[in-house]
Formats: sequence, C-alpha cells, structure tokens
Amino acid sequence: MTTTTSVSLAVRDVHLAFGAHRVLRGADLDVARGGAACVIGPSGSGKSTLLRTINRLIEPDRGDVLLDGRSVLRDDPDALRQRIGMVFQQFNLFPHLSVLRNITLALRKLKKLDEDEAVALARAQLDLVGLAGKADARPAQLSGGQQQRVAIARALALRPQVMLFDEATSALDPELVKGVLAVMADLAAAGMTMVVVTHEMGFARSVADTVAFMDAGVVLESGPPEAVFEAPEHPRLRRFLSQVL
Amino acid sequence: MDPLSTLWETFFDWESMREALPEMLTVGLPNTLTLAVSAALLGSVLGMLLAVAGISRTRWLRWPARIYTDVFRGLPAAATILLIGVGLAPLGMQVWGPNPYPLGVLALSLIAAAYLGEIFRAGILSVEAAQLEGARALGFSWGEAMRLVIIPQGVRRVLPAWVNQLISLIKDSSLVYFLGLLASQRELFRIGQDYAANTGNQSALLLAGLFYLLLTVPLTHAVNWLDRRLRQGRPAAPPEPDTEPADLTPSGKDPR
Repeated sequence: MTTTTSVSLAVRDVHLAFGAHRVLRGADLDVARGGAACVIGPSGSGKSTLLRTINRLIEPDRGDVLLDGRSVLRDDPDALRQRIGMVFQQFNLFPHLSVLRNITLALRKLKKLDEDEAVALARAQLDLVGLAGKADARPAQLSGGQQQRVAIARALALRPQVMLFDEATSALDPELVKGVLAVMADLAAAGMTMVVVTHEMGFARSVADTVAFMDAGVVLESGPPEAVFEAPEHPRLRRFLSQVL
Repeated sequence: MDPLSTLWETFFDWESMREALPEMLTVGLPNTLTLAVSAALLGSVLGMLLAVAGISRTRWLRWPARIYTDVFRGLPAAATILLIGVGLAPLGMQVWGPNPYPLGVLALSLIAAAYLGEIFRAGILSVEAAQLEGARALGFSWGEAMRLVIIPQGVRRVLPAWVNQLISLIKDSSLVYFLGLLASQRELFRIGQDYAANTGNQSALLLAGLFYLLLTVPLTHAVNWLDRRLRQGRPAAPPEPDTEPADLTPSGKDPR
C-alpha cells in the first residue's frame, strides 16, 4: 500500500444562498486524516453543494473549510483543486479525448509531466481500476461503470490528498454499481481521506468511519455508522432511514 | 440564325470557353482559392476571439463583440469590401504596396469573422456545463478549461456550419474585383467577366460559374456527410457488457 499523504478535513459553519434560496445554513463536517465520511440525506438537502464548497467550485458566503487545520479559502482555487480529487454523478469525462488522454491531460498541462511519464502514470492508474485494456477507447465506448472508474483514475492520477464523490453510482445501472463501490472501498481502506455523498446505505454502513445526515442545509446528526443507523436520535433522520432502508 | 441557337451560343460557345480555360486554371483558380482559404483562416481566428468575448462575463468584452457582429453581418459584403479595400488603401500602400489582396482578404475575413463568431459561440454554449465543472475540478483555470476541453468540443459540433461559411467565402471572394486587379491578380469571376466583356459572349463567365460549382457543390455534400457523422458519431464498437468485481469488501489493492 502506498504511504498516504491524506489530510484531515473540517467544514465549519458553511453558509450559502442562491438568491433567496438558502442552500447551506451552517453546515459542519469533520473527517479525520485517512477517514471516510458518507453524507446522506434527502435530495435538495445541500449535499452536493456542500461537496462543491470543499474544493471551492462554489464559494461559500460564510464559514470555513480546513485541510489539516489550515483554511483553504486563502489558497489559489485552481491549485487547491489539484489537491482535491472529485468524481461526479455523470462522470464528466471528456468525450473528445481517449480514455488515456482524459487522464494525461491534467498530468501534462498542470503537473507538467512529459508525455512518457504522463502515459506511464495514466496506464498504471487505469490498471488499478481494472481498465488497462481500455486506454485507447473513447468514453462513449465504455459502460457507465467503466466510465466512472476512468473518472476515478483520472482524479487519482493527480495524487490528491482528499477525494470527493458526488453520488458516484447514482447514474449507473444496478449491476454496475458494485464495481465502482469496490474501487471506492479499496481507496478508503488505503487511507484516502474521502467525503462520499451517496444513497448507497450499505456502502455507508460498511465503509464509512463517519456518517453525516444532512437536511435543509445543515448536518443534523453525524457519528459512526453503527450509531447513525442503529440508534438515530433526530426524528428527521429516523423518518429518512425508515424510507430508504 | 434562329433565336434559340443564338441563345445557346451566348452561353455555350465551346470556342470561347476553350480560350478562357487555361487562364482560369492557372490564374483564376489559384487566386480564388488563395483569397478564400486565407480569409477562412484569418476569419476563424478572429471569429474565435469574438466568440470567447461574446460569452465573457465582462461586458467590456461582450458589448464590443455584439456591436462588431451586428455591424459586419448587417452591411452588404460589397460595401464592406469597398470601404476597407479603398478606404485603407493609402495605409496599405505604405505597408505592402499596391497589391489589393491583403485588404481584400482582410475585408473578407472581417465579414466571415462576424458569422463564424456566432457559429463558434453557439458551439461553445452547446457544450454541457458539467464539462467545464469536470475540467475546473481537476485544477484547470477557466481559460485552460475553455482552450483544452470546451472549445475543442464546441468547434467539432459546428464544423458543418464552418464549412458552409467556407462556401460563402469562395463565392464572396469574387467581390474583390471591385478593388482593381492586375491581370495576374484576377480570380475566376474577373477572368470570366473580362472574356465576356471583350467578346460579348457569356460563355467564359458561365465557365467561371462552373468552376465555382466545382468547388462549392462537393463542399455542400461534405457538409451533409460531416453533419450525419457528427450526429450519429463515428462508427464505433458498442459498449461491451461490463464485468465488474462483485465484491464490496476491500480487496487490499490500493487504487492509488
């Protein structure tokens, strides 16, 4: 296993409004170094928005995001995003580039690796997600599950210190979900600090160190999966669990 | 001579055509292509700048792009070519001498840029916002994301419209004759027109028309072919059924 360069992550009292619509109303989240936090909750509760404030795809109105105790809000956002990998529900692979080029693009242009280094690294990364044979395919030629694993490989190739997953399996056919979850579980076991927005309660239960329940822009309850799933305190969480489990 | 055969000879006098043919091939055709291709290249560069300015969040870029587009799309091509070609001629004289080509190409490019700018802008705007988000999440700046991810995809989608603009340029290049051309600078139309004026027979002009069709008709079909291919995607193997490991527990393999 690679030695981890993961960091701890803390979200402190993050507020965000789009016009009159207050999406985040003081959200807090703590992830230990190398820990995996799963964020669950009804749709529209602000989970995906919270994730985007962590790598500043969306700038919060108020509050702070800390990596190893240091605020990220003063960093250059582009440099920050190279340290934080993100995986999307719709994969967001670049359809005009081959699988290999999808991964080498940032390595060459941002990490300034030369062609050979970038290709070697990308191939190694593809091998780890089980897609070594697909390097020259176009994303459209892959199944959804394969595309998502390419997207994970693309993010990991930049050696991030934190990984964010935004409903990474929600767009997949049921039979393809497990392969992607397995890659994510491997990553968690390898000590990557992760925040996983998910509807996969089984995954949250077996992989997460922390499960955070969001509703109406705040984290209402969080704790180890046993506590959140077996002994939920907040009535809203109980109602949510009774609907999804 | 009966009127019908007179009419026939006015347009299809093979002797007149044969006389004009060598000059059309060696002078007119290369000149027309030079004008159209250089204007297409310069117009594409300018059009791309206009497109990016047109979607900019800064109104000081957006407004000038808008005004430029309205003006150069709104003016007749003949007026623009005369205004630029004659109006800037004294200036051009000091830079490259009496050759009307640079200003002719400039005028054609400025007109094409207005149309191409709108075409590119539509292409760029058609690329899903998720692509920009995906690129930004990797750490690319807005400019890098546009250049490396968004624009290449947007341009691909509007290639058929781009070829249409090339067809327009081939036809509009005939208008540079306004600027006064030396014998060696004449393009297809001017050569045909000169022969027609000298002989009173339109056959050479009709031959010039045939040359234009020879260039533009294949391009129109290329547009259709390109359009179909872009719609259906290139012939590719369909996605194969996924074989995924069905094990949720950590395998001990480190994906990093």
